[in-house]
Amino acid sequence: MFYLKILHKKPQCLRYYDVDTSLSGALTMSTSQIWVARDYLNCSGCRRCEVACSLKHEGKIWPEASRVRVFMLVPTLEIPHLCAQCDNAPCIPSCPVNALSRSEKTGAILVDSEKCISCGKCVAACPGRVPFLHPETNKATICDLCDGAPECVRVCQEGRYNALWTAMRTPGVSYKLYAKTPEKVTEELAARMYRDLAKELV
Amino acid sequence: MVGGYAGKFLEVDLEREKTKNIVFPEQVLRDYLGGRALAAKILWDRLGKNWEKVDPLGPENIFLALTGPLTGYYPGMRICCSGKSPLTNGIIGSTVAAEFPLELKCAGYDGVIVTGKAKKPVYLFIDDSRVEIRDAKKFWGLDGKQTIRLLNKEVIQDLEKKYPGKRMWREPGILYIGPAGENASRVAAVMMKWTHGAGYGGYGGVMGSKNLKAMVAKGTGPVPAAADMDETLKCIENVAQSCLANDGMRRWGTGSAGYEVGAGTSSEPVRNWQEEWHDERSFGVDHFERRVWLKRYWGDYGCPTTCLKVSAVLDGPLKGAITDNPDYETQAYVGTNIGIFEPEGNVYVNAIVDDMGLCGIQAGNVLGFAGELYQRRILTKKEIGFSLRWGDTKAFGRLAEMVAKREGIGDVLAEGVYRAALKLGEQKGKNLLQYAVHAHGQAIGAHGTRSGLDYEPIIAYATSVQGSDHTSCGGMRPLQGAGDSLWGFADSAVICGFNVFDNNLDPMWRMLRAVTGWNIGVDDWVDTIGPRMLAIQRAALLVGGPDAKWDPDKDDDNPPRFYKPLPSGPLKGKTTDRKQVRADKVKYWKSLGWDARGIPTQETLKRIGVSELDAVFKGMRK
Repeated sequence: MFYLKILHKKPQCLRYYDVDTSLSGALTMSTSQIWVARDYLNCSGCRRCEVACSLKHEGKIWPEASRVRVFMLVPTLEIPHLCAQCDNAPCIPSCPVNALSRSEKTGAILVDSEKCISCGKCVAACPGRVPFLHPETNKATICDLCDGAPECVRVCQEGRYNALWTAMRTPGVSYKLYAKTPEKVTEELAARMYRDLAKELV
Repeated sequence: MVGGYAGKFLEVDLEREKTKNIVFPEQVLRDYLGGRALAAKILWDRLGKNWEKVDPLGPENIFLALTGPLTGYYPGMRICCSGKSPLTNGIIGSTVAAEFPLELKCAGYDGVIVTGKAKKPVYLFIDDSRVEIRDAKKFWGLDGKQTIRLLNKEVIQDLEKKYPGKRMWREPGILYIGPAGENASRVAAVMMKWTHGAGYGGYGGVMGSKNLKAMVAKGTGPVPAAADMDETLKCIENVAQSCLANDGMRRWGTGSAGYEVGAGTSSEPVRNWQEEWHDERSFGVDHFERRVWLKRYWGDYGCPTTCLKVSAVLDGPLKGAITDNPDYETQAYVGTNIGIFEPEGNVYVNAIVDDMGLCGIQAGNVLGFAGELYQRRILTKKEIGFSLRWGDTKAFGRLAEMVAKREGIGDVLAEGVYRAALKLGEQKGKNLLQYAVHAHGQAIGAHGTRSGLDYEPIIAYATSVQGSDHTSCGGMRPLQGAGDSLWGFADSAVICGFNVFDNNLDPMWRMLRAVTGWNIGVDDWVDTIGPRMLAIQRAALLVGGPDAKWDPDKDDDNPPRFYKPLPSGPLKGKTTDRKQVRADKVKYWKSLGWDARGIPTQETLKRIGVSELDAVFKGMRK
């Protein structure tokens, strides 16, 4: 009931914010802040999201430089792995040179490549180990939400998979819960899809 | 450097445990592109002089896994496996999809050339141009799912250790064999991703005969730069839109054909091709959708079509089977061909075929052959170990395992239908070749010629340079459908034929130009590159090998069963017209500049720039 109420509230309504004191980030949220919602079971593993992402950010087809990376630790269980923009964003304070910040407009975690010293602390700080060091520049690399119109979502929707879609950030929801390692997600998905057969696959 | 190519190939000598980089002159790449055509060139250059004596399962054979210039760009990528085929003794370009080709290119290689035989089981690990030959003892004997599970763990742990803190490493691309390949079965496929196999040719057995369990690649670079990226992207978008509009293929893959090809066109193998018609609605794709599909769309890197599905049986006596679609060929060959007409049974046998690393077509065909011998009381319960009634899912599943492990009767069946028919026929003192549905020693695709309603010409298998390939049929016009010409290009560029639309080929040729930067186009393929590939493949097929040789006057033909009248269905009585087959062969070969018996003429060889083949064909002309 509680969640139903939250989800039916308009985003600017602040009435329920006091239910989770860790949501300080959410208080400053504006309505333009978005989130890439994900339904792993819908992912076909086509990785056109990676193609689109790397073309947009690198001008090349470059799987390991794509900000969204589809993990397939177990074939048939494909997991689009990208930043969940945690409300408390532990990557930001982990950076010794303050190279990370949150975009006020979209809520994305932005990397200042000039400042980044490639220490990898943000990779370790992320509960989902989402950030990575770029294969060529060695700089921290994180999804920037394409300034509000994510390319990965566009191609996923074009393919009618609905594994990724853009949603307005809903106040009162702990997005940090989605910052999970692909191993953990794979275990859960395997159990869901293959029930007791899962233990032989993971 | 030429656009689209990483610029080097990896050569691995398993005997001496040495690796080196090979760079082909640009002209060789321009003349043979990659994949199947380049494989034909490499194999013939290295083994051609001695071709007849080369044992495909001996250390002297060469195993190739090659990409092409469009791999990574054209939506739907594959890798082309080749070598001297243990089935036909010729050269077959056998392609398989998944992420290994992409990882290989991103690691800086266009392909891998494997020679010799390792002393013990090994796997190859390619990490951004660093190459290791590693011990594979602990993976030997494992089925596909366990091979991937444990290889993933080992390689990811290793990458974490090598490059600490850089990133969470994801799975590498893995090309592997199952137990069937390890036991040098001629019906073994080269596998990827649980269910994807390069089956034609029998190259799983070639990898196994070299003690090569797998090739594993992780590349962190981009796909090699295209000469004109803007134009390339326009072409990709154009092809992607055609794929996205291909609704039937996206929704069902080829899985709707399990019912349609039987009920609609009377050309589906039923009980070892004794019939080609069925009207079993229980085998309709609607049942597959509702009862076994867990994922509606499943695909490989960059593919907008994602024609695959994920299927499983999670309850009941067949519990535990996990596979893809099944697609049409395996619906037919490990379904109707062994008398199975319900999705769960089909998924069950399919999953065993996948896990064991068998080719669905080759293994399904030989299982059907065994079923018919049992039906005719030529093979007994005692010889098999159990009764083998049509449609007995568990029995056929068990037999598939025995084929992969070469246990009992499985040992002779693992030789493929042609050789099994000869060996068992000798033992029994009977002509069993009449029940072996093959061409040039290799099981044919699951599309019969008798009804005349399916897509393939009546000389598709008789004249295919790939022996009996339904995805590279002989007898088709240049650039028509799944013919030797158009799908031969797909196998050489190395891309997926299902994303090649013969009513929208322009973006493909434009992309070839844009990616490579060469002034090259459709005419180059149709006039010279394609014919060159066909001529080399034809030479290899006719020269043959130590255990089988094909006579153009006798063996370029359909299986004998295809000349018997269809025994059932609305087209009962129809059959393949032998005279028409003869006439069509002459017409087709003439269109290639070959003589009436399918031997390329001296002028043709000269025109397409492979005059050296004349010495091979000279003795064959009459």
